Amino acid sequence: MTAIETHVTCKPGDYKSDVMPIWCPGCGDYHVLMSFTRAFAKLGLRPENTVVVSGIGCSSRIPAYMTCYGFHGIHGRSLALATGLKVARPDLTVVVASGDGDGYSIGGNHFIQACRRNIDMTYVVMDNRVYGMTKGQPSPTTEPDFDTALSPGGTGLRPFHPLVIALASGANFVARAFSGEPNETADILVEAVRHPGFSFVEILSPCVTFRPDQREWKTKVHPAPVAATSDPARAARRIMTDDGMNIGILYRGDRRPYESKIGAKTVELAKLEEDFAL
Amino acid sequence: MSTAWSVPASLEIADLLAIAHRIEVDAIDRYALLADQMEAHNNPDLTKVFLDLANAEQIHAEEIRRLAGDIDLRGRADALNAVWRTAESPEQADLNDAHYLMTPWHALQMCLAGEQRALAFFTSIVETAQDAEVRAMAAELVEEEAEHVNLVRRLMRKYPEPTPSWSQDDDLPAAQD
Amino acid sequence: MAEAESISLAIVGSGGAGALTAGNLLLEAATRAGWHGLLSRTVGPQIRGGEAAALIRLATEPVECLADRFDLLIGIDWLNANRFGAEIDVGPQSLVISDPRGGDLPAIVARAAPRMAEVPIKEMAKAIPEGRPNMIAVGLAAGLLRLSEDVLTSVVEKQLADKGRQAIDASNAGLRAGIEAATRLDLGLNLATPKPRNARRWLASGNEMTGLGAIRGGIRFAAAYPITPASDILEWLAPGLAKVGGALFQAEDELAAINMIIGASYGGVPALTATSGPGLSLMTEALGLATAAEIPIVVIDVMRAGPSTGIPTKSEQADLNVAVYGMHGDAPHIVVAPQSIPDCLFTTQWAIHLAEALQAPALVLSDQFIGQSVAAIDRPAEASFVGRRATASQQNGSYKRYELTASGVSPMAIPGMNGGQYTADGLTHNERGTPTSSDNDHRVQLDKRRSKLERFDYGSDWLTREGDGELAIVTWGSLTGAAREAVAQLRDRGLAVRLIAPRLLSPVQPELFNAALDGVKHILVVEQSHGGQFYRFLRAHYGLPGAVRAVHRPGPLPIRPSEIVRAAMQWMH
Repeated sequence: MTAIETHVTCKPGDYKSDVMPIWCPGCGDYHVLMSFTRAFAKLGLRPENTVVVSGIGCSSRIPAYMTCYGFHGIHGRSLALATGLKVARPDLTVVVASGDGDGYSIGGNHFIQACRRNIDMTYVVMDNRVYGMTKGQPSPTTEPDFDTALSPGGTGLRPFHPLVIALASGANFVARAFSGEPNETADILVEAVRHPGFSFVEILSPCVTFRPDQREWKTKVHPAPVAATSDPARAARRIMTDDGMNIGILYRGDRRPYESKIGAKTVELAKLEEDFAL
Repeated sequence: MSTAWSVPASLEIADLLAIAHRIEVDAIDRYALLADQMEAHNNPDLTKVFLDLANAEQIHAEEIRRLAGDIDLRGRADALNAVWRTAESPEQADLNDAHYLMTPWHALQMCLAGEQRALAFFTSIVETAQDAEVRAMAAELVEEEAEHVNLVRRLMRKYPEPTPSWSQDDDLPAAQD
Repeated sequence: MAEAESISLAIVGSGGAGALTAGNLLLEAATRAGWHGLLSRTVGPQIRGGEAAALIRLATEPVECLADRFDLLIGIDWLNANRFGAEIDVGPQSLVISDPRGGDLPAIVARAAPRMAEVPIKEMAKAIPEGRPNMIAVGLAAGLLRLSEDVLTSVVEKQLADKGRQAIDASNAGLRAGIEAATRLDLGLNLATPKPRNARRWLASGNEMTGLGAIRGGIRFAAAYPITPASDILEWLAPGLAKVGGALFQAEDELAAINMIIGASYGGVPALTATSGPGLSLMTEALGLATAAEIPIVVIDVMRAGPSTGIPTKSEQADLNVAVYGMHGDAPHIVVAPQSIPDCLFTTQWAIHLAEALQAPALVLSDQFIGQSVAAIDRPAEASFVGRRATASQQNGSYKRYELTASGVSPMAIPGMNGGQYTADGLTHNERGTPTSSDNDHRVQLDKRRSKLERFDYGSDWLTREGDGELAIVTWGSLTGAAREAVAQLRDRGLAVRLIAPRLLSPVQPELFNAALDGVKHILVVEQSHGGQFYRFLRAHYGLPGAVRAVHRPGPLPIRPSEIVRAAMQWMH
């Protein structure tokens, strides 16, 4: 559990920088940014002790739009960056932002390994089921029959199921949110950050430019019918059989988070050098 | 937009005024955000429309502050969280309805929907509040919002409904990364 | 009215104005009418609604770069157009058409004191049902250039065929309104009649030509990951390959893409990928594998401004180092660079031929400028070569995959051939392909892989050499076009210049390069790289006779002929 200072009173506006987003008007990510600022305010996070790490893609532009420390890294490697950062500096609150392409395609392997490691951080993926930034290619969560220039007629591939993968790989907190409900999303993010270990939140965030059909998501999402479970098997069955529009915290595990050993010196250097002596 | 508002019947007058004030402040922030979006996407007409709407909400916010007199509105923040839950503040324009080529007519539609939601919200308080003073105040606020609704409707008559090709952009989206 | 061999114009607009579409229309109409032309574009950071400029050059002969100055600038609006100030150079003779309601003229344009004219473009568009301002702009340009209305309307009919009669009529009405308004304006220049050409012509981008070159060269499998500005190649190849019985896979990342094409090629199917700088960096480990295991593959790098994420939408020539030196160990391989839009087809096809013949990876260094610019080009001739690798015939004894031969190339067994079984390996191996750590085997195979490249006869295509003079301008890739124009301008000023541009960068050709520079006393090396990568490459591998000067700067602004002319004149006079 990170040393979150809960006595700091900040307003959401304190976390928003004055850089104007390039996101298209109507993009779900504007709401996600709102959820981030509301969540950070509720948590009372100090901007100077908080780092937002991202990869490449529309969602990954978010660090520049916030007043915390940020790292807009290279495509798919946000979790690797965040892992190094958090292990070296366990005192910081690390939130990682990604998209479905950045996170589940090129970032797929790092996703699995990050869940395994269970380092205390929160991974937020804004899923719009398309590669927005590069003009509309299919992503791992795109429906198999969705027609695109690179996969005419659709990929024909079964979409990736990130929540199940996260659970199976060892994530300690799994939730699904919807950008169109920013207050609920903010509450989920608060819980995710507070929960020890690797917390994974998938936010369905519609792409107004390449997936105008996602406007109907707001009528399709619904609260998860049952409360979160701490039993991975039960969570797995629920997540594998849900309709993909179940909103809420779906799993809260009790795995012990990774403990960074940085800063805990136990042996003097001279003792190390003794071994070489003739 | 979710309409999951839950107003406790035991609402006090100070809470009501804090909520009413907060509704206006939220609306101002939302119009300011939309004005920024329009500026960043080269839609100067809409930048002005949203700034004008923000200014109008500013006036409403000040009216409520005057109505509240000595009551400290900021200190009532806790009451508000229980009311909104997952929903956005009722008068806030729905961000999902924004479009970089939107016309003033669209903006006023968003504004109208917001005012109508606020009207429905205060109406529900008139119907459920236990305190008579609260009900009376809520009824006043209902009348205010009804006036706003009429105002917006009159404004909309000045702007033509957009042609079917309002969102047509011959140029393809630009890949940036 | 002065006659001009080339006229340049720009159309600027934002927020759905359709400036880029206007540019496309104009280029297609002008080229259909017989002129040559080149279209490039520049955009703001937004995904939709951003400020955009179409930069067009029309000429009586083929052009390969943008001119130094714009003769005509049409602003549908000027919102955030300051962004383009440095790219759209105007002068006192230029005509700038402004919509009075379009915002303030960018300061840098105003400072150049051009001739100004006001045309209420947006109002004129509103007066037409479903009218679009970009059509007014096209009409204005067409009127000033004396483009035939018939050609324009035929292009409109073609481009809007699926949008319906009303859209077509509205567009044509817009064109006519623009043409009419142009009668009250004076460009001061007439585009001279184009010289008749025998060749059939195409309108194409470098990326499209790269895709076609791949198919012509025999590629039947491609795996790639989307990246700006290479995605256009993939979008063209996806249906293109399918039509010729091939396939394109969208890989999960560049690591997967390069390994997938190595796998396909190992299986006997010529394979290719396309990427940009960041992707190429990811591919370096597997490029070493293809080199060590002697598996032919082609990697297109459409270079963009770097380092790291850089400026994804802008051109630069700074991937030379990673292309030539990026692999660990000693891993000689092929690096080529197309010099123009039609050359993208030739060089890609040639790269496939080289890769297959030499059983090595071939990197093709294209760039965002030629990749995404569109031009009228002569229909490229069929090149005589197609990728063909030496395959092993039926084996009776034990097959040696990496058998030493005179050429250094060993016949490759393709899975399915009985008796040819071998295990391809990145581990150092002997002639049989078995892993070894023997000093002799290591040395022998390193020698083989280097000498096969050095012994090969690349023919005259390896280098472009034009003109003669004591001054040589040495450049590469897309800059060849600007250099060629600079040479012509210098010749007009009495300076004789030789133009040298290697198409083959690696392996180096010291004897041939020296011969190409025979008699030269001054060498001006020109490139678009902050660190002068090409200059340092030449210094490292070639003897450069006489005095040498390097002119290099990074993107995002293209290097114009006048910059090269100025550098040469400053030096030589």
